[in-house]
Amino acid sequence: MPNADLKPETLFKYVLRLADDQLILGQRLGEWCGHAPTLEEELALANIGLDLLGQARSLYSYAGEIEGKGRGEDDLAFLRPEREYLNALLVEQPNGDFAVTIVRQVFHAAFMVPFWRAMTASSDETLAAIAAKSLKEVEYHLRHSSEWLIRLGDGTQESHRRSQDALEELWGYASELFEMDALAEEILDCGIAVDAAALKAEWDATVNAVLERAALTRPADSWSQSGGRSGRHSEHLGHILSELQYMQRTYPGLSW
Amino acid sequence: MTAAAPSTESTRTAKAWEAAATVCDPEIPVLTIEDLGVLRDVQVAESGEAVVTITPTYSGCPAMLVMETEILGAMRSAGFEDVRVKTVLSPAWTTDWLSDAGREKLRAYGIAPPVRASSSRQALFGKDAVDCPQCGSSDTERVSEFGSTSCKALYRCRACAEPFDYFKCL
Repeated sequence: MPNADLKPETLFKYVLRLADDQLILGQRLGEWCGHAPTLEEELALANIGLDLLGQARSLYSYAGEIEGKGRGEDDLAFLRPEREYLNALLVEQPNGDFAVTIVRQVFHAAFMVPFWRAMTASSDETLAAIAAKSLKEVEYHLRHSSEWLIRLGDGTQESHRRSQDALEELWGYASELFEMDALAEEILDCGIAVDAAALKAEWDATVNAVLERAALTRPADSWSQSGGRSGRHSEHLGHILSELQYMQRTYPGLSW
Repeated sequence: MTAAAPSTESTRTAKAWEAAATVCDPEIPVLTIEDLGVLRDVQVAESGEAVVTITPTYSGCPAMLVMETEILGAMRSAGFEDVRVKTVLSPAWTTDWLSDAGREKLRAYGIAPPVRASSSRQALFGKDAVDCPQCGSSDTERVSEFGSTSCKALYRCRACAEPFDYFKCL
């Protein structure tokens, strides 16, 4: 720990936020198994979900070490109540139609690429290592979802309409990704965290470039919604958790 | 006796490496973890404890646990009782670590090895130009960037009409 003043529980929460984002979005993508429009796309969504799950596992293991109370990755992923999950609201939004899933993915990946890139310079060696690994993965996640959004937006009237609707539906959830509260600021001051607010310009540039090629219109900034970072969620998270946690709640301590 | 000690130790380490290096990737059984570049280091301490260091190809690689179990088994068969498998993330794995022998084994197995030269990337969406492992034609097309495992993409050869897996660059 590079800064003696930094309390372990502060860093623990910061790492949990990151882990929860990847876990919940990975779980959402997994829901497409057996339902995707084509077999190839099913493999793609499952592969991306698996990458996110792998990233979440590394982060949960590290969070457990920081906390130092003997909780491992499974305890943190499966045995917390809803209000203790600290993911952004964007990642828990329902899959909707294929356009909603793809827009959500573009928003997330366009944020994670500069985020992980910046995190590779963290003074925390474990987070820097996870970042270097994850960066390679989110780069092709962004490519995958951007290519789809361009095809959908610049496709048929129906796919264009649905993509524009998806953009409007999810736009208000994007701003939460860039929020910096006292906890994030404190960790930023220690040289560990990434200044999420500073990533907005790159996110805008990426998203604008994709939207332009997709012949889609950037929604106007109007309403926005947040609260996930402090455990206040939309009604959707509870339903995700009921499925995600089912096995561990039914058979406590079950392991492979 | 002092002169002999280091060489004995290095022989033991070499023997330990050799044992760990026999373990294959459960998803692509023609490749060993050494071919893949997943095996990073093997150290044998004076106490006899052997530490095998591996790194995952992808964050979510589901084969890691199987590899770990097989490493423990291979080491025990080679006479190392006290074995620990350590997983490291840094430096992050890259397909550049795939050995030349590994690349040839992949091709013979019907999987196109990763394209190395960046000049072979096509401009649009940065797709790799990949040669068909069956007939060698470069007239191929990508069906999907994602395939049966995280490390592979689906391709099709326009010349021989065969579908094939491509071990994609990372």
